[in-house]
Amino acid sequence: MATAAEMDALNLSRAVLPPRRARSLTSLKPYFGTPLNALITLVCLWLVYRVVTGAWGWLVTRAIVEGGPQACKAGAGACWPFLAAKLRFMLFGFYPYDEHWRPALAVALFLGAIIFSMIPRFWTRALLWLWLAVPILCGVLLYGGVAGLPVVTTTNWGGLPLSFMLSFVGLALGFPLGVVLALARSSKLPAIQVIAIVFIEVVRGVPLVSILFMASVMLPLFMPDGVTVDKLLRAQVAIIIFAGAYIAETVRGGLQAVPKGQHEAAAALGLGYWLAMRKIILPQALKIVIPPLVNIFIGFFQDTTLVTIIGLLDFLDTVRASLRDPNWQGIAVIEGYVFAAFVYAVFSYGIGSYSRFLERRLKTDHERSPGR
Amino acid sequence: MNLTIKTWATLGLLAAASAVFASPAYAQATLDAVKKRGKILCGVSPSSAGYSYADDKGVRKGFDSDVCRAVSSAVFGAPDKVEFVPLNTNIRFQALQSGEIDVLSRQTTMTFSRDNSLGLDFGPVVFYDGQGLMVNSKLGVKSASELSQAAICLLPGTTTLQNLEDYFKPRGIKYESVVFEDNNEWRNAFFSGRCDVITTDRSDLASVRAVANDPKQFVILPETISKEPLAPVVRQNDSNWKDIVSWSVYTLIAAEEYGITQANVDEKLQSKEPEVQRMLGVSGDLGKMLNLDNKWAYNIIKQNGNYGELFERSLGEKTPLGLTRGPNQLWTKGGLLYSPPFR
Repeated sequence: MATAAEMDALNLSRAVLPPRRARSLTSLKPYFGTPLNALITLVCLWLVYRVVTGAWGWLVTRAIVEGGPQACKAGAGACWPFLAAKLRFMLFGFYPYDEHWRPALAVALFLGAIIFSMIPRFWTRALLWLWLAVPILCGVLLYGGVAGLPVVTTTNWGGLPLSFMLSFVGLALGFPLGVVLALARSSKLPAIQVIAIVFIEVVRGVPLVSILFMASVMLPLFMPDGVTVDKLLRAQVAIIIFAGAYIAETVRGGLQAVPKGQHEAAAALGLGYWLAMRKIILPQALKIVIPPLVNIFIGFFQDTTLVTIIGLLDFLDTVRASLRDPNWQGIAVIEGYVFAAFVYAVFSYGIGSYSRFLERRLKTDHERSPGR
Repeated sequence: MNLTIKTWATLGLLAAASAVFASPAYAQATLDAVKKRGKILCGVSPSSAGYSYADDKGVRKGFDSDVCRAVSSAVFGAPDKVEFVPLNTNIRFQALQSGEIDVLSRQTTMTFSRDNSLGLDFGPVVFYDGQGLMVNSKLGVKSASELSQAAICLLPGTTTLQNLEDYFKPRGIKYESVVFEDNNEWRNAFFSGRCDVITTDRSDLASVRAVANDPKQFVILPETISKEPLAPVVRQNDSNWKDIVSWSVYTLIAAEEYGITQANVDEKLQSKEPEVQRMLGVSGDLGKMLNLDNKWAYNIIKQNGNYGELFERSLGEKTPLGLTRGPNQLWTKGGLLYSPPFR
């Protein structure tokens, strides 16, 4: 056992570290140090200026704030009345207008639960119960049929709640599937390994579009007559399977990155396979793969728009459907897409920033540990 | 042992196969299924201006949707017992075959091969369309035969490209087709001059032109290069259900012919015309022959209007699409709409 003092002596003192790189914006040297740098800086500043003034002019100065389609057609700026008129449809799709509070509440509950779970102070077992309760509650809210809520069948679901549901349920259930597949693929039992390899390679070898297409076109033809599985459910299962295969490969990468010594140490302590995996290997492996996992998460959040090909209207599709209203057709195209891009960017940025926070938070190795 | 396994496997396969290929048990019973469910499942386009689109409150509007509402009025006496199932072109027929929907009302062209190879039946034509060509007036082209080496913008359609080929090839006209996945891109490519010609059904061309900053700049050429009769579709081998859908459409057409509108249908109950009396259920029992309430046709008109009213509401000259009736006019006024007699 080394004492603290001995540890200090072993560690290199901070004085030896290279000087921190100048990162402050106050120093102009990096920007105007050489003529080339100065030129690049000026060009960039000019570009930023053009983009900002252009966007400001379109969004604010020249924007059309009131009036109808005709006013927007005549004007040259952003058409805010279009967003105002179509906002609720874009967000909730064909969900009955008077019941919009239900998907709104479901989304609020869902986002609330996510924000709550992001805070390390609340990382307790109670979270598990929360995450069992919230999806069920959201589902009941959306579907209705209890407590006097009229039933709204899934064909009428759409917009943002549908996007959230398809991507987050897909990932939430795809994640355990992926971990199991990753473990199976790195298993020493040949049968299990082969099954996992075939599953992963087949699913990854096929585009998501064709999986969705199979689920929505082929499956019903194989079903007995009169039996139909809900279209949304089929798409959801397809997305879970697809997410599972991708997550499996990422997690497997993490498993391989855990040094062999860790396995041996666990074995030396007398831990069995499952206990070693749960307590030693997986925590390290999953921590390593946070960045690629987040990549997958963000990718999937956007990939779910592919459900448009089987006629489900997720958020991007409700935006597109709004553009087809004969009254607005061809008038507010850019506005619709800019709004969709804005919403997707906000959520993707949120996921990204949280992952950076999580990486810092879970960082347990020493700052100067030698590279592996 | 081995043999037994094989036998069982074969039996299992046979059972599975018979489950898949057995003739539909619900073949004659769509009406019963619909009544039991309390709703008609109607396949429509996810979004198509004028035919099936969402208004500001997310209520499905448009001509195709109204055809479904008419059927709902006939069956349930209420226009809102419809559940709209949005379907893309590539899965619309399978959805009908597999029983996911009861009727497909989705700008679907009736063709020989579709009618005879898909296990489906077409109802009466609700809209006579045809593929047309539109050019910029600056080109000075007056007819399709003057085109040569033209770049033609089109959507990855079902039959659009084949119609072009069928029309231009025998005439020895060369062209370049430029395909767009997205409606807006396709339109803008034409407006910005990427293509010389834009092609789709004439009804759509009118709406494309309506979107342009200066509609007068564009000319729709006189040629109609294909026939596109749009009709609702049902599953084969259920004549009762097909009759219900067909005669719901005929009711819309006949109502216009006899001058019955949403507003005056109650007065028309007093009409002395025997045909009107039979149709509205004042005399006779036409409804019962369809296994429906005798007020079925009255309900259709009272709750939805006649064909002309449906047309003007979604597609007509007062809407942004601004379509003229053209061939979709009553036969008495020089169009093609004709309903068999109600007797």
